[in-house]
Amino acid sequence: MSKKLLLDKIGIEGIKGFEVYRREGGYKSVEKAFKMQPNDIVEEVKKSGLRGRGGAGFPTGMKWSFLAKPEGVARYLVCNADESEPGTFKDRYLMEFIPHLLIEGMIVSSYTLGSKISYIYIRGEYDWITDILENAIEEARQNGFLGKNILDSGFDCEIYVHRGAGAYICGEETALLESLEGKRGLPRIKPPFPAVKGVWGSPTVVNNVETIAAIVPIINEGGEAYSKIGVGRSTGTKLISACGNINKPGVYEIDMTISVEEFIFSDEYCGGIPNGKRLKACIPGGSSVPILPANLLLKTAKGETRLMNYESLADGGFVTGSMMGSGGFIVLDEDQCVVRHTLTLARFYHHESCGQCSPCREGTGWMEKVFTKIENGKGEMKDIDLLWDIQRKIEGNTICPLGDAAAWPVAAAIRHFRDEFEWHVLNPEECLKRNYGLAHYADELQAPVTA
Amino acid sequence: MAEEIKKEPPANFKITIDNITIEVPPGTTILNAARMIGPEVAPPAMCYYSKLKDSGGKCRTCLVEVAAGSTADPRPMPKLVASCRTNVMDGMVVKNVTSEKTLDARKGVVEFLLINHPLDCPICDQAGECHLQDLSYEHGVVQTRYEFKRRAFVREDIGPYIQLHMTRCILCYRCVYVADQLTDNRVHGILDRGDHSDISTYISKAIENDFSGNMIDVCPVGALTDRTFRFKNRVWFLKPMDAHRDCDKCCGKVTLWNRGDEVYRVTTRKDQWGEVQNDENGKPMWICNNCRFDKKQTSDWVIEKPTSINRHSVISANHYQVKVMPHDPLDKLLNGRSPLLLMDIHEESKVNQQDVHLDELFGPATGKTFNGEPLATGHNVTDIKEGVGANTQGTDSTNPGTH
Ligand SMILES: Cc1cc2nc3c(=O)[nH]c(=O)nc-3n(C[C@H](O)[C@H](O)[C@H](O)COP(=O)(O)O)c2cc1C
Ligand code: SF4
Ligand code: SF4
Ligand code: FES
Repeated sequence: MSKKLLLDKIGIEGIKGFEVYRREGGYKSVEKAFKMQPNDIVEEVKKSGLRGRGGAGFPTGMKWSFLAKPEGVARYLVCNADESEPGTFKDRYLMEFIPHLLIEGMIVSSYTLGSKISYIYIRGEYDWITDILENAIEEARQNGFLGKNILDSGFDCEIYVHRGAGAYICGEETALLESLEGKRGLPRIKPPFPAVKGVWGSPTVVNNVETIAAIVPIINEGGEAYSKIGVGRSTGTKLISACGNINKPGVYEIDMTISVEEFIFSDEYCGGIPNGKRLKACIPGGSSVPILPANLLLKTAKGETRLMNYESLADGGFVTGSMMGSGGFIVLDEDQCVVRHTLTLARFYHHESCGQCSPCREGTGWMEKVFTKIENGKGEMKDIDLLWDIQRKIEGNTICPLGDAAAWPVAAAIRHFRDEFEWHVLNPEECLKRNYGLAHYADELQAPVTA
Repeated sequence: MAEEIKKEPPANFKITIDNITIEVPPGTTILNAARMIGPEVAPPAMCYYSKLKDSGGKCRTCLVEVAAGSTADPRPMPKLVASCRTNVMDGMVVKNVTSEKTLDARKGVVEFLLINHPLDCPICDQAGECHLQDLSYEHGVVQTRYEFKRRAFVREDIGPYIQLHMTRCILCYRCVYVADQLTDNRVHGILDRGDHSDISTYISKAIENDFSGNMIDVCPVGALTDRTFRFKNRVWFLKPMDAHRDCDKCCGKVTLWNRGDEVYRVTTRKDQWGEVQNDENGKPMWICNNCRFDKKQTSDWVIEKPTSINRHSVISANHYQVKVMPHDPLDKLLNGRSPLLLMDIHEESKVNQQDVHLDELFGPATGKTFNGEPLATGHNVTDIKEGVGANTQGTDSTNPGTH
């Protein structure tokens, strides 16, 4: 059983409420942090090796140290709770069942960054969680952990929950800030970065829910101790939301030393694939990251066991690897059609593109149309190359990473499942009636020849 | 301890674009540095407009490769950057037309901009001064790979002066910035998102505040057109002239577009990048709606001189700018004789008679057409049916049925 730092108390009755949470040792990190200098806390976070849990995996301590601190200008902490990436629902679980953990992390982080007004930007569809969070904020305030002069430290802090209106793009940090300011959720052109000019033109840090929650155990146990959990640059624990063709979908806290195979097949986690079906493919980190066929998922191209951590999932780059992303783990069994699956994602990105920049605005819709054509048995061989060319011309040429996020799944699907696409083209009638099946996607890979 | 030796930052930054080096003040964008060198190396810009704050960054046609970030950090930048929104660094090396990557990406952007464009240039007022046309000629490909239905919107009159063809819009946001920065109240904006984004007033309000007409001038395509000029003439038949009048609202310095004595339209004066010109104090010479829409008499204006138009522009065709009239050698050649050469062809020949209208024929003209059977044509026209392709509205083939 791996160590749990975030969800260890989730089973305790009443942990949603302040009293039980506090009795179980909650808000200790606030007391501890107030005795420390903000700069020392940043050092502690740097030592912990914590990497942002929102998708990009940027080192949190480093992000915090970049925050500009001009005299007399307010600074802000914004928690990104927009969680709209298909397959990702870990933040929801955390906020719904142990909301005080996020509030506690927010207070410590706000103190560290000098943010007297902090925001939680939550996706509009999580309306009931807004109530849960506001309730937790109110409880914290009544117990003196929010408001003026918290615990006599001289530090004032307020937290506001702001509901989005249901756009995926508002999870992108600068679009989020625009939306928070009451404008259209359009990503800003960077630079300037939020650390210099964020919300209301002031220096701002945007962090994911899980990132902020992880500050609590880092303060309690120390950065050093936190960094000892996990391997390499994948320190601490990570929440994974697992879904798709598995026996036990749900949110799991893992330390990043277990293998992908163990995660899918052991009873402690996903519990294997239902109905005796075989594993075909998996998107290990949310809809934006490359899909991998079973063989490359379980073993890297070098033939090593693939582990559930940042480095190992990315081993092989985009050619034979994928990414940890936001931890949305989507499993596909042999009955799933990769073309259809990728069409669904293409439709999603088409629908969610903000439309500011031409490659993403026009390219995402085009890809969806070509996918629909192939999936409906009307595709031609040239359409596969066309898809490849469209995604290539979107990737890297847009304002925000949504363009890349739309391109990568398409590239990976064609790279690894090209024969499934070709089968659709060559069997226009059959492809409407049955799926391509597992084919060779789980076959043992030849060990690479080394000179 | 000795004080840290602070090197004075160089007054000017050295930047090399397509192997040409220039010095520019810090804070200059790559695009503007390239414009200082000249049009050969200046990347095309569809959304950036130097006179509109915050514009740019959206269309991605100005992407360039940065082969070296600066002298201090000479690493290349991993991605192409939008030159209109990236500032130069000292020692930066930029590749525009010398970069395969740039040209390839730009080709992609042009293709993206065109897949949903109606390509109705033959009936579009902007033709001849459309930046999308220029861009496509220079960076586009001949054939489209797009085989689906194009996005279409219904045409809309937004107020008495401006017509919006959303189908042609490339979402450069320039008109939104004009409304924000020049008029007293913005009543239009972008509704919805993604490829169904729609420029609109919220529930068909009219745009009529002063200076709103400048939106027409900044629109790089034919999405916003002047209703008082609609279908009146092709721009290349008009004669542009710089003119001015005393105006209490604006600078009153405009370009008149005449045919004969008639003023067909009034626009701002444009510089070589297609942007409104600055006056001697560096202020953009935007014009008010009164000058633009209501002063359509030559007598309203003091005419200064013919507008100089870039000779590559179709508008400059037939506008010869020469100092000495060419000498006509004909008289000398004829030497007093009057040869048959100068006879009126219509009197001498059976073909090509003025009372036979070629545009009313359904096929090629033959001898018969001019020989008492004015509607007779050649044989290879059986597949041309009457009415097909005809413009029943007589005006515009986009969204027939709406006027
Ligand atoms: C299109 C798009 C959507 C995103 N959605 C989310 C999201 O829902 N939640 C999130 O935490 N980060 C999201 N991100 C990442 C954020 O931009 C940002 O990197 C993150 O909030 C930083 O937090 P971290 O450093 O704690 O990971 C998204 C990014 C993009 C480009
Ligand atoms: S990449 Fe897409 S979502 Fe991002 S700014 Fe451009 S159009 Fe908007
Ligand atoms: S209407 Fe014209 S100016 Fe306005 S966004 Fe569209 S193309 Fe740009
Ligand atoms: S001109 Fe630079 S992105 Fe449009």
